[in-house]
Amino acid sequence: MKIILEKRAQQSKIMAYASPVLAIGLTVILGGIIFALAGYDPQTALYYYFVEPLTNFWSIEEVIVKATPLILIGAGLAICFSANIWNIGAEGQLTMGALVGSFIPVMFTDWQSPLVLLLMLVMGAMGGAAWAGLVAFLKNKFNVNEILTSLMLVYVAQYILDWFVRGPWRDPNGYNFPKSVSFEGWQLLPTYGDGRMHIGALIALIVVVLLTIMMTRSLKGFEIRAIGNSRRAGAFAGFSYKGMTWFCFLLSGALAGLAGIMEVAGPAGQLLPSISPGYGFTAIIVAFLGRLNPMGVLLAGILLAISYLGGDGAQMELGVSVKTAQVFQGMLLFLILTFDTLIRYKVKIIRSQTAEGELT
Amino acid sequence: MSLLRKTIAVAAAISMSTMAMAAEKLKIGFVYVGDTGDGGWTFQHDAGRKALEAKFGDKVETIFVESVAEGPDSERVITRMARNGVGLIFTTSFGYMDPTIKVAAKFPDVKFEHATGYKQSDNVSVYSARFYEGRYIIGQIAAKESKTGIAGYVASVPIPEVVRGINAFLLGAQSVNPDFQVKVIWVNSWYDPGKEADAVKVFAAQGADIITQHTDSTAPMQIAEELGLKAFGQASDMAKFGPTAQLTAIVDDWAPYYIERTQAVLDGTWASTNTWDGIKQGMVHMTEFKNMAADTAAMAVATKEAIRSGELLPFAGPIYNQAGELVVKEGESLDDGALAGMDWYVKGVEGN
Amino acid sequence: MTGFEAAVLTIITASTPLLMAAIGELVVERSGVLNLGVEGMMVMGAVCGFLASYYTGSLILGILASMMAGVLMSLLFGLLTQTFVTNQMATGLALTILCLGLSGLIGEPLTGEPGLKLSAISIPYLTDIPYVGKILFGQDILVYVSIALVFAVQYMLFKSRMGLIIRAVGDSHSSAHALGYSVIKVRYYCIMFGGACAGLAGGYLSLVYTPQWIEDMTAGRGWIALALVVFATWMPRRILLGAYLFGTVWIMGLYVQGAGIAIPSQVLSALPYVVTIVALVIISRNATLTKLNTPTCLGQSFVPDR
Repeated sequence: MKIILEKRAQQSKIMAYASPVLAIGLTVILGGIIFALAGYDPQTALYYYFVEPLTNFWSIEEVIVKATPLILIGAGLAICFSANIWNIGAEGQLTMGALVGSFIPVMFTDWQSPLVLLLMLVMGAMGGAAWAGLVAFLKNKFNVNEILTSLMLVYVAQYILDWFVRGPWRDPNGYNFPKSVSFEGWQLLPTYGDGRMHIGALIALIVVVLLTIMMTRSLKGFEIRAIGNSRRAGAFAGFSYKGMTWFCFLLSGALAGLAGIMEVAGPAGQLLPSISPGYGFTAIIVAFLGRLNPMGVLLAGILLAISYLGGDGAQMELGVSVKTAQVFQGMLLFLILTFDTLIRYKVKIIRSQTAEGELT
Repeated sequence: MSLLRKTIAVAAAISMSTMAMAAEKLKIGFVYVGDTGDGGWTFQHDAGRKALEAKFGDKVETIFVESVAEGPDSERVITRMARNGVGLIFTTSFGYMDPTIKVAAKFPDVKFEHATGYKQSDNVSVYSARFYEGRYIIGQIAAKESKTGIAGYVASVPIPEVVRGINAFLLGAQSVNPDFQVKVIWVNSWYDPGKEADAVKVFAAQGADIITQHTDSTAPMQIAEELGLKAFGQASDMAKFGPTAQLTAIVDDWAPYYIERTQAVLDGTWASTNTWDGIKQGMVHMTEFKNMAADTAAMAVATKEAIRSGELLPFAGPIYNQAGELVVKEGESLDDGALAGMDWYVKGVEGN
Repeated sequence: MTGFEAAVLTIITASTPLLMAAIGELVVERSGVLNLGVEGMMVMGAVCGFLASYYTGSLILGILASMMAGVLMSLLFGLLTQTFVTNQMATGLALTILCLGLSGLIGEPLTGEPGLKLSAISIPYLTDIPYVGKILFGQDILVYVSIALVFAVQYMLFKSRMGLIIRAVGDSHSSAHALGYSVIKVRYYCIMFGGACAGLAGGYLSLVYTPQWIEDMTAGRGWIALALVVFATWMPRRILLGAYLFGTVWIMGLYVQGAGIAIPSQVLSALPYVVTIVALVIISRNATLTKLNTPTCLGQSFVPDR
């Protein structure tokens, strides 16, 4: 028996929509089996994971707070990955965005003006873009593999932030603990009511809409897809791969940096030695789960945010380990990749053994 | 749609049961920074939680969330606890300080207890332990037991608690051997076993024969055992990892405090307090002094007694800083305020 | 034991897991497959090796289990990338994410338990030679295995028929297919070899380095191993150089601190990563050198036309 893939003449439209749904469905089923094996009632556990976070306004707000950075970063990465450019160091760009964006509130603590907030966001985005730009520079100039440099720079960024927060940018009245002064007034993002949902959610939404327009209605979108499909084909069409590398890294870096400063000026309210519990890495899952489509990223970001909140709930109410949430994410990503194959190929199972190029 | 109906039924049953429980039991929540099996910091807090359950039985119900990232995520977890009828919440890491204060302001009826911080409010108490008392004792032991006169100190991150520990250790050591040397390696993490292990090996190569750590994994103890060095357990008894290496361990015993605070909530007498307990109150506890000469053990016991009775203050003058300036005069001692924000090293510490 | 000896021993221990994982990945990449899941396979190797040795009391079984775990995880990667022709980079990342979670889950009951340790060998007289005795004749057996692996892979790739086939598959899968070799099959075998090596590297962490199971104990070593393959420009012997260079920088950072030299610890901690980036730049800028050895089909999926 043998599994054979046959290329479809045209990509399957049905599978394009069905694939994420199937992947999520199968993850839920497998998740239920894991819970049952671990001795929990699968239905109750799954309820806590995927339903309970949506049962009251507070946790819906929290889902949005958690989803905001994931969507912003994920949308940028989706563009990169569509162009076959591999930025996996968004976590470092986020860190640099948070650091650079905090420059004004840390150095000019008393300056209060709407301009401050605007500058913080712009500087955050620039910080992230610069850090990502370094990767693009090394790739274009010295031909260095971007996967490795972007990842190594995550560690470097985290140590730089650590040094600032423990050293010069430390809160002078903070008993020498590693944190900056608490931001106030215009140094913080406006929130909805007294909850934590902030204007960043709106920004993320706007970014998603803009990127969708770019991908579907602009030449740039066509260029990204052309280069993504085949570098050579892109070159024949007159598109510059180096230019695309710059574009993708600067864009995704800026969005990651923006997410970073919005975490600082939003839920954190101050610069801390670690501002993100791995959003830059989780966003990779978000990008793929969203099928590298900005709108899809929006939904995927929300889904993953729900699973994080669900993880809290399941642990508090049932004692389910927090690691389960991570296994879910891994499974989900695996399944989505598998089902994506069905968009491009038909799977055939052949029973007879054909002697087809055996290894001798 | 029987699945949907069943889900709704489950949901209803869950929310009803939580309501029913909230009415009769005190729900107590714990927020942990690490894994309950870390064999160190979180492990000891969880031991306190278990002691609480054993003591109060049906009168309380405890819940916990482990590996909660410091920062924004912790605020969400704490809020969720407060919203879901938890009456007393222990947040057990420094990084939870601002989130705890923020959440507490929104839930005035819930009592909060934050470990190792300095921000207090009407419904937020702070508590910590005077680990430095234990570190003074192990410093003395190190100086007396070391043949090379050099100890290696695996340090996590430069916050006052760690700086204080290094200073107390060295002051204790210098009280026995004024020329005693301590080498410090910062691993920039509370929990990086590989790097902690490497640090111990480097110390060994640089001539240290006593290892002490202010990180949370058991790796340094394990490597010390392997290399035939002596070492001190941190936060909990690590004898399992170093049966012949562990001289003693400074154990955080949170159980008495947790029981006392829970009792106060049950009695309705809970008030916001600032607790900094040490050997005297039993919050800092030393395991058996072993693998050392009899007179060293006797000295350690005597020092422990002197600290317990208040006769010996580890930060009593004269104390000189790294530059050799007199910071604490003879006959004086650093007060709690100065200790809380300590960011300078005593004379004899190498590095920064 | 002198300080010098101790330092060298520390560096060797720090370098060995990198070496093992990198040499495995090198073979995988030579066959044209980029498996970014090294970190994940390593961490599964660490947890399974520890569990097996803990419950059976046998180190040999522990080592075998760590390799098996790596192979199993790599088969999952193979199934997706080779049979279902998924994107290799995405699948590798997915593998790492899945393994980090899974290892935490299955290792949970045993966190904080001491395990068995594979001790160093000792040959009478030879191990006692001053200065070099312990370094040459007093390591644990896996250190020798890792170095032997490098030379075995070197021989296999460039002196054997098998190596010729692997390189052909990696450089031009269509031609290899036309010549009658099963590209997919060759790649599956290489992926499994890479899995076994990564698993073994993980086992080295939980059975030799720090004999206990700790969540995420690989701490990014799998990624360093990936960088080493590029650093080595896909040449096995250069992996040896790269791994030991990285290990040296890593340990030296701690040495400098222990010696009381006043450099911020963050700088020293970041140094190995900076050095890796600089090394990658130096290696990669020489386009001819890189192009000569880079497997042309690296990262490209192959679907046989029929």
